[in-house]
Amino acid sequence: MPVEHIFPDSASRNAQGEFETEKMSLSMGPSHPSTHGVLRLQMELDGEIVTKADPVVGYLHRGDEKIAENMTYNQFVPYTDRLDYLAPLANNMAYAIAVEKLAKLEVPARCQAIRVITAELARISAHMMGLGAFGIDVGAWTVFLYSFTEREKLYKLFEELTGARFTTSYSRIGGVSRDIPAGWTDRVNAFCDQFLPILEEILSLLTRNRIFTDRTVGIGVISREDAVNFGLTGPNLRASGVPLDLRKDKPYSGYEQYDFDVAVGTKGDAYDRYLVRGEEMRQSVRIIKQAIAKLPGGKWYAEDARKIFAPPKEKVLTSMEELIQNFMLVTEGPQMPAGEVYFEAENPKGALGFYVVSKGGGVPYRLKIRAPSFCNLSILPKVCVGAMVSDVVSILGSLDFVMGECDR
Amino acid sequence: MPKALDAIAALRGKWSGVTDRASLDQPAINVPAADLLAVLGFLKQEQGFDMLADVSGIDWSPGVSPRFTVVYHLLSTTDHEYVRVAVDCPSDTLPEVPSAVGLWQGANWHEREAFDMFGIRFSGHPDLRRILMWDGYPHFPLRKDFPLAGVDTLLPDLEVVAETKTNAIAAPMAGGPFVAASGGINMTNAEPRAKDESWNERRPKPGS
Repeated sequence: MPVEHIFPDSASRNAQGEFETEKMSLSMGPSHPSTHGVLRLQMELDGEIVTKADPVVGYLHRGDEKIAENMTYNQFVPYTDRLDYLAPLANNMAYAIAVEKLAKLEVPARCQAIRVITAELARISAHMMGLGAFGIDVGAWTVFLYSFTEREKLYKLFEELTGARFTTSYSRIGGVSRDIPAGWTDRVNAFCDQFLPILEEILSLLTRNRIFTDRTVGIGVISREDAVNFGLTGPNLRASGVPLDLRKDKPYSGYEQYDFDVAVGTKGDAYDRYLVRGEEMRQSVRIIKQAIAKLPGGKWYAEDARKIFAPPKEKVLTSMEELIQNFMLVTEGPQMPAGEVYFEAENPKGALGFYVVSKGGGVPYRLKIRAPSFCNLSILPKVCVGAMVSDVVSILGSLDFVMGECDR
Repeated sequence: MPKALDAIAALRGKWSGVTDRASLDQPAINVPAADLLAVLGFLKQEQGFDMLADVSGIDWSPGVSPRFTVVYHLLSTTDHEYVRVAVDCPSDTLPEVPSAVGLWQGANWHEREAFDMFGIRFSGHPDLRRILMWDGYPHFPLRKDFPLAGVDTLLPDLEVVAETKTNAIAAPMAGGPFVAASGGINMTNAEPRAKDESWNERRPKPGS
């Protein structure tokens, strides 16, 4: 007796809707541990494969560019802390240099060297955070504990220098807010000496770790062409094999005096991005040591720039000339010529750019912030497609973005 | 900067509408909107400016014509030079320029941002939605006629509005912005809203 087959022909199985697959839509974030802040990913999944990813940004939009148009150049410095809040010292410097470019102002060599030291310390701090968080994302908790210990030591140094651990506001237009305290460079040197072996230890937890490599090697591959096409910058661009480092290629603040190498990846996967960041920290230590070794004497601000940099406080309280100068700076802001400039600095996350349009006076007419995280995230719709959901976590961790900067 | 200047000299021979733009740093040009894509394509493909670093909108204030300008910053990853390309929007009321997404994928988000903040439309853009503000937000915040304090707006989710009776309110400015008038320079010309006191302790906020 023939048995009755309920599907007379195999094609009708799907036609009856019995085993029809359906795409699932998944909203990841804005409060999700792997989105490092308030990124939301609106994804479409086929099983566990991502077929479409649409990043939704703007949850941290504060209108920094609008705010900048309504205050003097100096008043905006604290706002730059809050862009990439993991490396405020580097942001302070990038902003100050952009405005100094507008004023055609050269800061003294000592100021340049101090800025380089602080920016490289900020780079180490930011990469430590990025590495630690990346580790957690892919299941390596220990790294985070090590890297946060190192960041704490850095924050102690920042606090001694600037008075604040996190929001440093250290740069001024035409200088830095104060000279480095006595003995600070020795403590930075001591930090660097103990940091190098610890860095090797931290990296050794990941570099040949089977779980880590399984989750990063060949994941989130960004080709050289795509990286340039999407405007990626910083470690993410260099991991894809483009040796573009503005410190080397468009030197600013005296970076041309220092000897360092640019880490470049070969495959452009998440693992390469991790390796590039690791190497960058070693190079940062090299730069810091050189900068301290030949730290020039002299003033830490442009003394002649009387319409731009505030005079020392003790002079303000005793001398008429300086009192007037201080009063004018506080009320009207540093006086800038009319014109427009664009300046990009090589920040930990990539090229942080400021486009300043001035009509003269102490207030920018338009200040555009080119945020590296914003550009780096714009590649997500391309790089996430075809990945597994768990790979998305790894990709996000390896791109190392900061939403404070992306959303501005 | 020989490379960028060479590129501009070559451009000028091909497009007569290209003019020099005042700049304090890198070479800069003004391009008519009709030639924009051809010029950007030429700079990218023939002159090696392969990276689009930034796209910014500028609002030159209501009443000024042309009111809106879009500024592109291109970077050559091999020669390490920047060039600035600016295009004025032909219309002051419905500003629109061609989209550069066909040349650089990275232009996608930058142009969405310029649309979001200034209301500049980019023709040919594949997905011109708001990016920083929420979909359906009725204003363009970086326009000069938008007050710093913001304006009262309904929250995006009407259900939440009905349930909580809240909405997005203008920020309390407490008498700000705190910029004094300059002696030598007319602040109203330099920054129209620097002395904006349309809402402070003495005057009620707009729209209340």
